[in-house]
Amino acid sequence: MLAAGGVAALAAVPLAQLVLAAAGAGPARAAALLLRPRTVDLLTGSLVLVLATCAGALLLGTATAWAVVRLPLPAPRLWPVLVCLPLAVPSYVAAFAWRATWPQVHGFWPLVLVMVLTTTPYVTVPVVAALAQADHSLAEVARTLGRGRWRAARAVVLPQVLPAAGAGTLLVALYALSDFGAPAVLRHETLTTGVHRLLTGGLDRTAPAVLALALTALALLCVAGERWARRLGSGRRSPAARAAPPVPVHRTTALLVAFALAAVAAASVLGPLAALGRRMLTSERYSASAADLVGAGTTTLALAAVAATAVVVAAVPVGHLAARRPGRLTAALETAATTGHALPGVVVALALAGLWLAVAPAAYQTAVALLSAYAVLFLPKALGTTRTAVEQVPVAAQDAARALGCGPVSAWLRAVLPRALPGLAAGWVLVAAAVSKELPATLVLRPAGMDTLATELWSRTSLGAYGAAAPVGVVLVLVGLVPALLLARSLRQQLPGHLRRAPAPAPVAAGVTGVAR
Amino acid sequence: MDLRRRPLTALAAAVLSTCSLAACGSPAAPAPASGDGATTAQERTLVVYSGRDEELVAPLLEQFEQASGIDVEARYAGTTELAAQLLTEGGDSPAQVFLSQDAGALGAVADAGLLAPLPDDVLATVPAEYRAADGSWVGLTGRARVIAYDSAELTADQVPGDVFDLLDERWRGQVGIAPSNASFQAFVTALRVTEGEERTRAWLEGLQANGAQVFERNGDILEAVETGAVDVGLLNHYYWARSEQDPATLRAQLRFGDPGTTSALVNATGVALLPGTSGEVSPEGLELARFLLSAQGQTYFAEETAEYPLADGAPDPAGVPALEELQPPQVDLSDLASLQETVDLMTQTGLL
Repeated sequence: MLAAGGVAALAAVPLAQLVLAAAGAGPARAAALLLRPRTVDLLTGSLVLVLATCAGALLLGTATAWAVVRLPLPAPRLWPVLVCLPLAVPSYVAAFAWRATWPQVHGFWPLVLVMVLTTTPYVTVPVVAALAQADHSLAEVARTLGRGRWRAARAVVLPQVLPAAGAGTLLVALYALSDFGAPAVLRHETLTTGVHRLLTGGLDRTAPAVLALALTALALLCVAGERWARRLGSGRRSPAARAAPPVPVHRTTALLVAFALAAVAAASVLGPLAALGRRMLTSERYSASAADLVGAGTTTLALAAVAATAVVVAAVPVGHLAARRPGRLTAALETAATTGHALPGVVVALALAGLWLAVAPAAYQTAVALLSAYAVLFLPKALGTTRTAVEQVPVAAQDAARALGCGPVSAWLRAVLPRALPGLAAGWVLVAAAVSKELPATLVLRPAGMDTLATELWSRTSLGAYGAAAPVGVVLVLVGLVPALLLARSLRQQLPGHLRRAPAPAPVAAGVTGVAR
Repeated sequence: MDLRRRPLTALAAAVLSTCSLAACGSPAAPAPASGDGATTAQERTLVVYSGRDEELVAPLLEQFEQASGIDVEARYAGTTELAAQLLTEGGDSPAQVFLSQDAGALGAVADAGLLAPLPDDVLATVPAEYRAADGSWVGLTGRARVIAYDSAELTADQVPGDVFDLLDERWRGQVGIAPSNASFQAFVTALRVTEGEERTRAWLEGLQANGAQVFERNGDILEAVETGAVDVGLLNHYYWARSEQDPATLRAQLRFGDPGTTSALVNATGVALLPGTSGEVSPEGLELARFLLSAQGQTYFAEETAEYPLADGAPDPAGVPALEELQPPQVDLSDLASLQETVDLMTQTGLL
């Protein structure tokens, strides 16, 4: 309990620091900063981006999910994997790839396109799961009672699917709100890029903190909404629940739909990869230095490994508590520990930079400060998997070990750890992949001379050295494939038999879809 | 119940302490000033804050490492960002050398009393107009402010040589700027110094009212002009001179500012030494300053970054007018230190 409390408190520290830093501005200056026309512009920029992205992702994601679950598509096992793949492409890499191909392209609509393509899986995946598990027997009852097929579906299936779609859409909103790289590359100004500009172009940290607080308030709204929507959807299935049969459609229709789905996947994943590859081959000067790429890759791996290990270890007490002793206090601790989920990377970096400078200046420009940001940002990713992993171990196993004379710690290590290990490992991989792709916090907090893959891509684009940046983008997509495929694997577990292959429990979905970043 | 709770606490405490140890001992954490070769008597290291792009400076710092045997740890970020950081860190800063892409940031840091004066022999290698009057920094290279234009749309004489003409309706939505970039901010400072606060404010507001397009960085502006996304962009000459393709064949071409106007400002990149925690200038830092002003360093700048080397007798870069032909305005670069006022003005006008 104490350890869980400590972890939760540490995770919430950046938010507190941010409030303090913003308070340092004093009411007059804070008001002047918040009430200027630019704040309104930035707020509008964020809101229209969020709304357009959500609308696009909701439509595309729901339609895709329905097609995957209910239509008799060719190669049925392929689609659940394919709908997860866009998660592999970080939005800033996609934006960079399109920009490197069509440099005139910039602004709102291209950004919305990129954001929709990269975030749609946040809607597709939970809706596929919800549709697959939706209790179709109720719809049949409705039909026998005289409802038409569509009205029956609306009355029965929709309520079962809507919470999943809503929760997914709010994750999309959070992603669009927090994202720094893609809006920066495509030059659409939002609160997030506004904070970054004040941070890099201004001389003090108070002004960005004030703006960051406004951004955080919006992000917290998204998170609260997402939790609410998820609670709505956590109803119990009846034991007699039955999956829906495929909707009978003409073979040509099914083929056309399959083609459309494939086209979307290609635009999301293959498109950026091809664009990067083309730019790599056509660049005349500044060919990529393999040594730089290897160096940045090694640094990224090391950071990712250390951060993921620390995060998983920190997630164990909180996850254990959540699994074994649910209650109000536990829920509060869990909420505090997931603070980072609602904080955009640039905000965490801003808060932690101030915090380390105030508390331990010696640690400020070391990997410790950077790792602390990763821990805050990505702890929520490991919490879900950890809790599920511990939940799956029977309490009796631990009790038995205790009864056989094991000490409490060794009982946990010998009885719980081995069984929870696959789940913990999944969380580790998710965090490691997220760290590998993180851009805004790394830009601000990295120590002198340290380059990660993400910052390498960023600094190379700053000179128009697009050719040299392209291979880094390719590597980043490959890194992103790991969590995307893990999610696809876990999604397949939740599907009816004809859509999956071998069973293998992996409680990954909570971690991947649980955090949009 | 209690039995199950306490062991968990103990375990968590154990794993947490292990995790923090792991973090400290991570291979990714470079431990400053502690070489791992115990046999080496004393490894010489130097912490450099570079407000200049890594692409440009890293190869030169590598040459310095090879020539001197000194291990350089460079932190790359925007010049303004690093100046802000130096101001925050004050005397606790690990930085021993500050490489700045503009004179204004150097002046702001010098005004805060964070810089140590350079020895006379180092200062004397550079003409007086390109170094601090109090000897707190010395210029390394000059970069001219230019207006890059789309040669597919415009001829050189259609492009204004004075930035105030960019407020004309003709340029609506067609001007690219990078307000968070230190070079742009230094230019705004120069405008404030020469043209006054009110005219500068009116210019900044006019640019926005005229739909100026905002970019994160200068390189992005050049790319936008090159591809026809904007007709003109405000940047430094060298972004053009060292772009991916041969600059003469580029669609983006350069218009240098009208002689004597602020639009023809030649700003200086420079180097300054920080006494840091020890209170004394490190000999390694001084060695780096001398190296950057040496024939090797200055030739690198001329050839690789296409900037104007400022040390006496250094070669001019190819493909651009010689430094003597530029006729910059009568602005003392030491007067560009009022960065805070510029940032405030830009914040008020909504550019930051």
